[in-house]
Amino acid sequence: MAFRSPSLAMLACRLALLGGIAVLLLAPWLFDSEGLAVLTQFLTLLVLALMWNLLAGYADIITVGQHAFVGIGAYAFYGFAALAGVNPYAAIPLAALVALVAAVPAMAIVFRLRAAYLAVGTWVVAQVFMLLAGKLPGFGFGSGVSLPIAVAQAFGTDPAGRYTTIYLLALGLAAVTLISTWLLLRSRIGIGLTAMRDNEEAAGALGVNIVRARILCFLWTAPFLGLAGAIITLQNLRISPPASFSIIDWTVFVIFNVVIGGIGTLEGPILGTALFFVLRAYFSDLGTWHLIILGVLSIVVILIEPRGLWGLLRRVLPGDLIPVSHRRAAAAGAVRAAPERFEPQPPA
Amino acid sequence: MIDTIANVLLQGILLGGLYALFALGLSFSMGVMRFVNIAHGDFIVLVSFLLLVLTTALGLNVFVALILVLPVTFAGGFLLQRFLLQRAAGSDVLLPLLITFGLSIIIQNGLLQTFGADSHVLAGAGTLQTASIALTSGIYIGVLPLLTLLTAVALVLGLDRLLNYTRLGSHIRAVADDVAAADLIGLSSGRVYALAMGIVGVTVAIAACFMGLNMNFDPTSGPDRLLIAFEAVVLGGLGSLWGTLAGGIVLGIAQTVGAHFDTAWQLIIGHVVFLVLFLLRPQGLFPKY
Repeated sequence: MAFRSPSLAMLACRLALLGGIAVLLLAPWLFDSEGLAVLTQFLTLLVLALMWNLLAGYADIITVGQHAFVGIGAYAFYGFAALAGVNPYAAIPLAALVALVAAVPAMAIVFRLRAAYLAVGTWVVAQVFMLLAGKLPGFGFGSGVSLPIAVAQAFGTDPAGRYTTIYLLALGLAAVTLISTWLLLRSRIGIGLTAMRDNEEAAGALGVNIVRARILCFLWTAPFLGLAGAIITLQNLRISPPASFSIIDWTVFVIFNVVIGGIGTLEGPILGTALFFVLRAYFSDLGTWHLIILGVLSIVVILIEPRGLWGLLRRVLPGDLIPVSHRRAAAAGAVRAAPERFEPQPPA
Repeated sequence: MIDTIANVLLQGILLGGLYALFALGLSFSMGVMRFVNIAHGDFIVLVSFLLLVLTTALGLNVFVALILVLPVTFAGGFLLQRFLLQRAAGSDVLLPLLITFGLSIIIQNGLLQTFGADSHVLAGAGTLQTASIALTSGIYIGVLPLLTLLTAVALVLGLDRLLNYTRLGSHIRAVADDVAAADLIGLSSGRVYALAMGIVGVTVAIAACFMGLNMNFDPTSGPDRLLIAFEAVVLGGLGSLWGTLAGGIVLGIAQTVGAHFDTAWQLIIGHVVFLVLFLLRPQGLFPKY
């Protein structure tokens, strides 16, 4: 590493993070509509990555079906804004509510399964939601339907203004998601979740209510995924079962991003999603090769360092960039070796 | 009326034979190696494309091609387990899941890159695909679906014998029961796992052959096969090969009954029946573990 001391490396990382936040805040003045559209995609994917990470990285709920709630949010938004004639701005939180309501019956099935069975079980549930969405009258059945012009124009009459509004909505959503998840992880429940991440049996033995923490996390993610679905619909201006419930876009990419960035940390999903957009800018012409490269990269990363790229960086850094733990190791001058937090679990 | 009901049930059972073929390899790896191979459906599709190349480019009979492919898929399963999946064995569930998930995406997109998005069907078995037997005046059984079901039954019998009456089978069961103890008494668990995955490879090739003969496939049809296979395994009960066969047949009947009323609902009815039965009986029909 080029950094001479860990605290200098920490400073560089903090500056990069602050610089990123500054760019995101000033983006409406810095970028044209096309750039804002890409940043909106980045922010929605970041929300999906943070939510998948909360479930898979902390609560040990490895879902392969989170695209279900993105799609439900998209369809609910369309239903309220285009069919029921609700104010389009009010339709967005309503979409989150519908996603939350849909999460309750899904939970009954999902929580009867464990581990890898849970993963495929969530996939089946998502498949059922997607197939049902294709049967709904008024939603264009299997081929989907475009958002009415009136709904789109409620977010800005000219395209440039609309792009800015949608971007600001996405930025707000990402900020709320990140900050609330950070507060959740720093709360009493979050300490329990971190303990579960490191060793579930020990956490349970120490009195962490594992089932309650799991249910909370599962219900926590659904409305955020639904909100992301509504914003994605606003940007794409159409809903359809294969696109709104796309497992590739809303689950596969997200899993790769979190795994490559670093699962079970707050920084990992941010790093992974940012890297994904950098790679996409260079490799998008490659078509399917792009996905093959991502697949290979994620397998290589997880075999070398199960904590991802952030896990590699974290070996150099003295503390978390976004401190989740309450004892901050990053105090000035405290060059304490970063404890290796991830121990391979003993075989069950 | 009775004829219609009998016909729908019969066709469902026959379809279930195909689903059981999809599921047997997954059932074996879930029972022995205790992991869910997310790429299972994609492996089946991959081998179907291999058979497609052999039958179209070389003009081979599809069953000759299958016999040629069997050692290849055995070796493929063996090597995959030995050099990739074994690295994740014994660790938490996330690792094997993510590795096979990555493999799934690599296979799907590699196939898309090579063969395009068109759907295909295997030919080269003469009139097998069109032949049928008339049971009564109203009920016909296709020869191919019947052969598929019989193959599934034979495969269950074969795997059952292998597991319960051979030396390799006792090794596999020992490792499945307790890896550490099996290692202690001198079994090489890595080698046993690799052999077990080789056997899974053989079942994948057989499933691929009958899938290609019975239905269309394209590079992205793997996940649908995985979901059907997974549902059959869970419905049947983990670790029970006969249960998996029964689970496949339940799904086949559910889908055929659904399709009888409205073809558009075939897939949904299949999934919903799975979810309802699962909620009623989470341990499956014939649980072993």
